[in-house]
Amino acid sequence: MTTEHPHPESLRELFWAFTWLALQGFGGVLAVVQRELVDKRQWLTREQFIEDWAVAQVLPGPNVVNLCLMIGDRHFGVRGGLTALAGMLTFPLLIVLALAWLTLGAADSPQLQGALRGMGAVAAGMIAATGFKLFPALKQNVLSATVCTALVAITFVLIAVLRVPLIWVLLGLGSATSLWANRLLAQARAQRTP
Amino acid sequence: MSITLTLADWLTLLGHFLTLSLLSIGGVISTVPDMHRVLVDDHHWLLAPQFNASIALGQAAPGPNVLFVALLGWNVGLNAAGGPPTGLLSWASAALGMLLALVGILLPSTTLTFVASRWAHQNRELRAVRAFKQGMAPIVVGLMLATSWVLTTNLGTSRQNWPLWLLAAVSALLVWRTRLHLLWLLGAGGLLGWFGLV
Repeated sequence: MTTEHPHPESLRELFWAFTWLALQGFGGVLAVVQRELVDKRQWLTREQFIEDWAVAQVLPGPNVVNLCLMIGDRHFGVRGGLTALAGMLTFPLLIVLALAWLTLGAADSPQLQGALRGMGAVAAGMIAATGFKLFPALKQNVLSATVCTALVAITFVLIAVLRVPLIWVLLGLGSATSLWANRLLAQARAQRTP
Repeated sequence: MSITLTLADWLTLLGHFLTLSLLSIGGVISTVPDMHRVLVDDHHWLLAPQFNASIALGQAAPGPNVLFVALLGWNVGLNAAGGPPTGLLSWASAALGMLLALVGILLPSTTLTFVASRWAHQNRELRAVRAFKQGMAPIVVGLMLATSWVLTTNLGTSRQNWPLWLLAAVSALLVWRTRLHLLWLLGAGGLLGWFGLV
C-alpha cells in the first residue's frame, strides 16, 4: 500500500471503523464495507476491494470477517486483524443478545415480521447497488470488459436462476477464468519483452 | 427446554463448530443444514423453533451474519441450565455456549485467512496470484447481483409481493446513485414493513 493512500492511523481508529460499519450492516455487511472503506475512508480502491473480496470469498469462514482480518492485518499485523475482528463482533454481539432477550415472546408479532421483511428488501437492494458500483472497475481487467460482462451474466444465471451451489461456481468457473487470465497475462508479458 | 450437558458434550459442541469452520466456504450460512442435523436432530440440544429463531435474529440484527452461531450456542447454554434465563447460573451457562460456538466457528478459518492472505499479499506480483484475482473479479461482481436476487426472491415471489420488489429496486438505485446514508434506507424499509405497506 502506497503512503499517499489514506489508511487507518491507529488500532483505535481501526476498531471503531469496523464497529461503525458492522452496526450499519443489517442483513449483511458487504454493501456497508464498500460504502465505508472504498467510498468514504478510501482505505481501498474499487479494484483492491474486488480483489480482496475474491480472496475472502474463496477462503472458508464468514466473508466479511475474512475481509476485516485481511485489512487489519495489512496495516497492523495480527494485532490489527484481531482488532478489526473485535470491532466487527463486540457491539453487534451485545445487540443480538439483547434482541434475543427482548423478542423471547414477540418473535412472531406481525409488525416485527413486517419490519424485518422491509429491512430485508432494502438490504437486498443495497447488495445489488454494490455490484453496480464495482462493475466499472472490471474495465481494467485483463479479460477485457466484454468478456467480464458476459462472465457477470453467466455467474448471475448459474447462482440466481439455476441455483448451482456456490462452491461449484467458484471451483469450476473460477478456475477456468483464472487459467484464462493467467494465459493472457503471460501473453501480455511476452509482448512487452520481445 | 431443559437438557443436561456433560463436559464431553461441551467439547462435542466446540468440536462440531471447529470442523464446520473449515467447511464454510461461501459463508457460514452454507453449513446451516449440518448445524441443524447435529444440534436439533442428533443431540436434541435445541428445539427446531429455537434453531430457526436464532438464524432469523442473527440475519436481521446488525453485524456479520455469523452472529447467528453465537445465538445457537447461547440457546444451547440456556437449555443446559434449564430453559429461559433465571439467574446467574443460566447466564454463565449461556455465555459458555456462546463462547464455544463462536470460537469454534471462527478460530480455524481465521487462522487460515491470516496465513493465506499474507501469502497472497507477499506474492501479489506473482502471475498466478494476479491471474486468480483478475479471473475471479467478474465472478465476484456477478455473485453480488445474484445474492441480491436470491435474497429478494426469498422474501416472496407471488404477485402481491410487488411492493417489496419495488422497495428493493428503489434502494438499489438510491445506494448506487446517491450518497444517502444507508441507515435512513433501512429505517424506512423497517417502518414500511412495520405498518404492513410492503
